[in-house]
Amino acid sequence: MKKYLSIFFVTLLALTALTGCSGSTGESSGDNTSNVSNTGTTQAGTPDNVTGVTATGDSTYGGTVVVGIQQDIDSLDPHTATAAGTKEVLFNIFEGLVKNAPNGDLICAVAESYSLSEDGLVYTFNLRQGVKFHNGNLVTAEDVKYSIERCAGLLDGTPLVSTMKIITAVDIVDEKTVQVTVDSVNPELIYSFTNAIIPNGSADVEGADPIGTGPFRYVSYTPQEGIVVEKNEDYWQEGLPYLDRVEFKIITDEETATLELKAGTIQLYSYLTDAQATELSKTMQVLASPSSTVQALFLNNAVEPLNDVRVRQAILYALDKDEINVFVGGGDATVISSSMLPSLENFYVDLNDVYGTGANVDAAKQLLTEAGYPDGFDLVISVPSNYPVHMQTAEVIVEQLKAVGINAVIDAIEWNTWLSDVYSNREYAATVCALTGDSTPGYLLSRFESTSSKNFINFASEEYDEVYAKVVAATTMEERGEYYKELQKILVDEAGTGFTLCIANKVAVANNLAGYLFYPVYVQDMSTVYYVAE
Amino acid sequence: MKVFNLSASKGKKVNIYLIIGAVMTSLVFLIAIIGIFWTPYSTTAMSARERFAAPSWSHLFGTDNFGRDIFSRVMKAVGTSALISVLVVAISAAVGIVLGAITGYFGGIVDSVVMRVIDAINGFPSILLALVIISIFGKGRQNVVLALGIAFTPSFVRIVRGEFIRLRDADYIVRARLMGVTKPRILFVHILPNIFSTFWVSVTIGLNNAILAESGLSYLGIGVQAPDATLGSMLSDAQGYMSSSPWYVLAPGLTIVWIVLGMAMLSEGIGKFKK
Repeated sequence: MKKYLSIFFVTLLALTALTGCSGSTGESSGDNTSNVSNTGTTQAGTPDNVTGVTATGDSTYGGTVVVGIQQDIDSLDPHTATAAGTKEVLFNIFEGLVKNAPNGDLICAVAESYSLSEDGLVYTFNLRQGVKFHNGNLVTAEDVKYSIERCAGLLDGTPLVSTMKIITAVDIVDEKTVQVTVDSVNPELIYSFTNAIIPNGSADVEGADPIGTGPFRYVSYTPQEGIVVEKNEDYWQEGLPYLDRVEFKIITDEETATLELKAGTIQLYSYLTDAQATELSKTMQVLASPSSTVQALFLNNAVEPLNDVRVRQAILYALDKDEINVFVGGGDATVISSSMLPSLENFYVDLNDVYGTGANVDAAKQLLTEAGYPDGFDLVISVPSNYPVHMQTAEVIVEQLKAVGINAVIDAIEWNTWLSDVYSNREYAATVCALTGDSTPGYLLSRFESTSSKNFINFASEEYDEVYAKVVAATTMEERGEYYKELQKILVDEAGTGFTLCIANKVAVANNLAGYLFYPVYVQDMSTVYYVAE
Repeated sequence: MKVFNLSASKGKKVNIYLIIGAVMTSLVFLIAIIGIFWTPYSTTAMSARERFAAPSWSHLFGTDNFGRDIFSRVMKAVGTSALISVLVVAISAAVGIVLGAITGYFGGIVDSVVMRVIDAINGFPSILLALVIISIFGKGRQNVVLALGIAFTPSFVRIVRGEFIRLRDADYIVRARLMGVTKPRILFVHILPNIFSTFWVSVTIGLNNAILAESGLSYLGIGVQAPDATLGSMLSDAQGYMSSSPWYVLAPGLTIVWIVLGMAMLSEGIGKFKK
């Protein structure tokens, strides 16, 4: 999964107001659990289908936590790191002008407030007083200018963050104010300002320790082993972090992770498989929250007989998503119907009623008969074999399609073959895979524009393209949000593809730890985790 | 190795290995053949209500993570595994007889060339070789058979060749040659029947190894593809549930042990029978 995530990649944000900062800065863990409440998972409770004892008690300061991570760090430079597994660790060391909050909002970090000009072309950031880098120096406007210019490619012409290439100038107004000018309006650009603020010139020093403003200070990194961080005593958020030291230990094998969790040599591990969650929930806390991926039975809209909308609708009717949820989601996944994360509440529309979440065999058979396939047809589902969850989903789908007469077979292929044959060359009929949300709410929808290079299902709808054109022209997030909802509806009505689940991210946490927060972005925030007083 | 004398009163020695081995193996093959035509439950039908049911009279081996009956799947899997290993041994034994006979009987330059090629193949562990072949030809049942067939050929060539070298200068062969018997007839009518006792032992060992190798490949996810099951792929699917639902992993695991033990005893028994 991590490899996949690192390729499609990353950060997914929910949105609210465009200017200003939301009041809460996450000082107490209790305030920030709203994003997980829809699965019933908070610090105080366990999700319906996951059993386990949840720690309750007063928070204490101090202590060391060892966190298991699935893959090695690809870079300690926050601007060039690409792997999702790296960013989730660096989130603890670095911060941007703004920062992701657990509920999907942005909160101010290095900036204290910001505003956007009427024409949407000038961002003004007021820096927070007294924010210190890990080396003890105060963050200055020079540091901010340097960091943004580096991301936007204004220093050497290569933008490190592609969305920031529309930035044309970064001006220091005074020592606490920085103005950023862009050449075109993009209401989603603010999410790019989560990129790290680093000391002026620090990235040019070869082999230097990474320095940020985050809740933890970098101590050491050993390839293949892990990364160690220590508490940042000068952290600007009062009372955070709780822990003195966090060790991120690389454990690539899930069996090993299970054993280590049981033995207590690691205290926290994310992205559990269903089998792991079942096993570990007997002895420790297993928390769950919707992940930032959407899984689907993707249908190639350009091949016979899937080019007939009735055939695609029949397949969607045949899918029993509730059953898939039980078999591969452990019952904790969120059933979805379109290409939007349910956690992005301002943009998500629940379209599960259109084809139902259970199987509707009669409707499916009727549509197949209308389309001229009363006896069904043969369908090859190409599945990347390195993802057990997709393989298992495909197995379930084969059975469900059998009920309406569609004779589906699984062709298990390697990830690289999937990338070339299915994703790039589009030489396939159906596949089961998942898409990971990007830093903008519309990212998962953009790929279904008929001309998009990422439109690997060959979805072609003039209506969709027209609405998408309006999205690009829209200047406010509210306006965009309405179009996003419209796009989701079109995608479902045209039966573009069979979206199934937003699979839950399950995290095993030692029984004496509390305060773990889920984010709609791919991060692991250790600043709010604490040991419970005995 | 001693032969147990169970029925001493009749003065006949009973080959216990042969009997137990034959019973165990024939039971497996019987189940496999039944499994082709009939299983107690569908091997693919899923049931959300019956996930991880422990062994009971309705589900002898329990059910798996999809609520499928494990006993039915093992029946089918044994058939698939057995069919694959029989085909593998058939291919490698057939090639082995031809190459072994020619190289062993004639020797010379052909022998040198063929045996160096065989040495080269033998240089790789059979699983590794099979992996290479599958990565070239792709996955699937036929390619597993082909890959393992190639990987298992060297051992048969060596055994057959050794026997032919031993017999080519035997008196009755020399006489047959002097009488002008054609070479193919000497190879396959005069010599071949006389190496069968040795040959059958290696066939049973080969079947054993083929079942293990196929399980290994399926365990690695490159053998037979889902939802079809083989013993190896079931083992691979089951390992994540080892401590929560131990029957899931025990069913295919113990079946492999049963098959391998049965065949090992059978080959031991054949070896005894020969003497």
